[in-house]
Amino acid sequence: MKAHTTLLQHKPPIKVRMGKVFKKMRVHWPLYVLLLPPIIYVAIFSYVPMYGVLLAFKQYQPLKGIIGSPWVGFSHFEQFFSSPSSWRIIKNTVLISLYSLVAGFPLPILLAVALNEVRKHWFKKTVQMVTYAPYFISSVVLVGIVMQVLDPRIGLVNQFIQFFGGEPINFMGETQFFRSIYVWMGIWQGTGYGAIIYLAALAGVSKDLQEASIIDGASKVRRIWHVDLPSIRPTIVILLVLSIGGIMGVGFETIYLMQNNLNLSVSEIIATYVYKVGLINSNYGFSTAIGLFNSMINLILLIIANFTARKLTDSGLW
Amino acid sequence: MSKLIKPTVGDRIFDVIIHLVLCVGFIVVAYPLLYVVSASFSNPQAVVSGKVWLFPVNPTLQGYAAVFKNPQIVTGFMNSLFYMIVGTLLNIVMTVIAAYPLSRKELQGRNVVTLFFVITMFFSGGLIPSYLLVKNLGLLDTRWALIIPAAMSVWNVIITRTFFQVTIPQELYEAAQIDGAGDFRFLVSIAIKLSAPIIAVMALYYGVGHWNTYFSALIYLKSPELFPLQIILRSILVINNIDPTMVVDFEVLQRKQGLTDVLKYSVIVVASVPVLLIYPFVQKYFVKGVMIGSIKG
Repeated sequence: MKAHTTLLQHKPPIKVRMGKVFKKMRVHWPLYVLLLPPIIYVAIFSYVPMYGVLLAFKQYQPLKGIIGSPWVGFSHFEQFFSSPSSWRIIKNTVLISLYSLVAGFPLPILLAVALNEVRKHWFKKTVQMVTYAPYFISSVVLVGIVMQVLDPRIGLVNQFIQFFGGEPINFMGETQFFRSIYVWMGIWQGTGYGAIIYLAALAGVSKDLQEASIIDGASKVRRIWHVDLPSIRPTIVILLVLSIGGIMGVGFETIYLMQNNLNLSVSEIIATYVYKVGLINSNYGFSTAIGLFNSMINLILLIIANFTARKLTDSGLW
Repeated sequence: MSKLIKPTVGDRIFDVIIHLVLCVGFIVVAYPLLYVVSASFSNPQAVVSGKVWLFPVNPTLQGYAAVFKNPQIVTGFMNSLFYMIVGTLLNIVMTVIAAYPLSRKELQGRNVVTLFFVITMFFSGGLIPSYLLVKNLGLLDTRWALIIPAAMSVWNVIITRTFFQVTIPQELYEAAQIDGAGDFRFLVSIAIKLSAPIIAVMALYYGVGHWNTYFSALIYLKSPELFPLQIILRSILVINNIDPTMVVDFEVLQRKQGLTDVLKYSVIVVASVPVLLIYPFVQKYFVKGVMIGSIKG
């Protein structure tokens, strides 16, 4: 970077500058050769589908392809917003997301702060090892475990309930439990992993500030509140902005596995709907339109969240 | 420090609370894991009648025997191994050859290329356009459908690039250059050797991703002989669809049912072990990798 700016400061004639650029490119040709496959990959697998988004405004006809299919304007969007079930799906998506954000966001911070206070190395390591482990379990296995544990016949939870004289509950079939099961399952799986990033940030908290506050007689709670947490605020803000940007992006994999006919009224979300309409019913244009709507909302939320974070705390993604 | 200033009563109480909270967290996470493992080793009758609470009851390997006798599970396991190994190798190569040039100041148009990559993290075409692309490329219902579209993750490229920038000093390039090593030679014989930690982390991320995903297989594959383990698991654990022929050894219906239940626990263990086995080996790198990710690129 430095060399580059001095180069600009001298401002040699443009021809000479371009000549230098080409000379540099020639010397470092391997860099460009190496970069070629990744660029081609991204162009094909990310940019070609972006152009495929045109489908949202077309009536797809397989024989005519994306370009040849007739335009239909915004009719897919109108169709989506005029049906009452669409609003239910949007509502489900937002509710599940907000629930996981509110319940799940503070916990990794709490875990990290607690772990950071532990002085016994073996205790800290053991808790860390075990709390990370669920992160490596696949969503199929996770849902499988939950379904086994909540099973009305042999599930551990229902055996508990029966042991204390209660009636077994079909947890997966009751709409009232669906969100909580999903959210707390995610928390069980992700809290340990989520704490790593905060632990890293806490390791960077200034030792001078810590010692100064100890000498000033601050209790541990006050040190956490006035030194640790303010120091890791940029990390917290960035992760919060990212989570808000993902509010409409509830993952397909886990929810789809948990769906059954009994809980569909609360478990149908945009991602599962896009899959069913698009790939099962082959309604390509309509499905692309809903997907586009979803990713636009995500982008807008991300921008708003980042803007707000910048204004309020001076830190953000960009 | 503690010798100079005695902890106050309040601080001691706080310490106790913190340790209690962590113990509760530990139990909440560990107990279901322990229960699944215990149930997988237990006698089917004991599992069905709720006698398993903590440790295996009348330990047997019946569940595991049933798992390894099931041809679907074995095929799925081998397929998943293939997808994981080949997919991860491709991922590592692609990530390194993308991240290395982007970490070099000498690369002209570095910011433009980075932007070209980063945009794809915030906006994507979505399900149907991606599906149509894979279909038009003729990858549908082939093994490559699970490998080529997932050849590289831009997020991981950015993390790896940042690692290169932070750990490999500019002086090293210059020294190598004076010694006559070109950019290519430098990557192969110096940069890669210095970046073992990040390559280990990337292998873990990508490997776990390949092993655990079922979505691409669900949309791109139709032939059962190509199915990865997760698809088989889904039909056993979630859809509850167990081929009756795989429990031929037991005619009694109740025993059959009990064995099915234990088989579920056993298959959960079998499916999770490969990933959990790698994890301790790369753990120290893993934490490092997450930390690098937190450095703003």
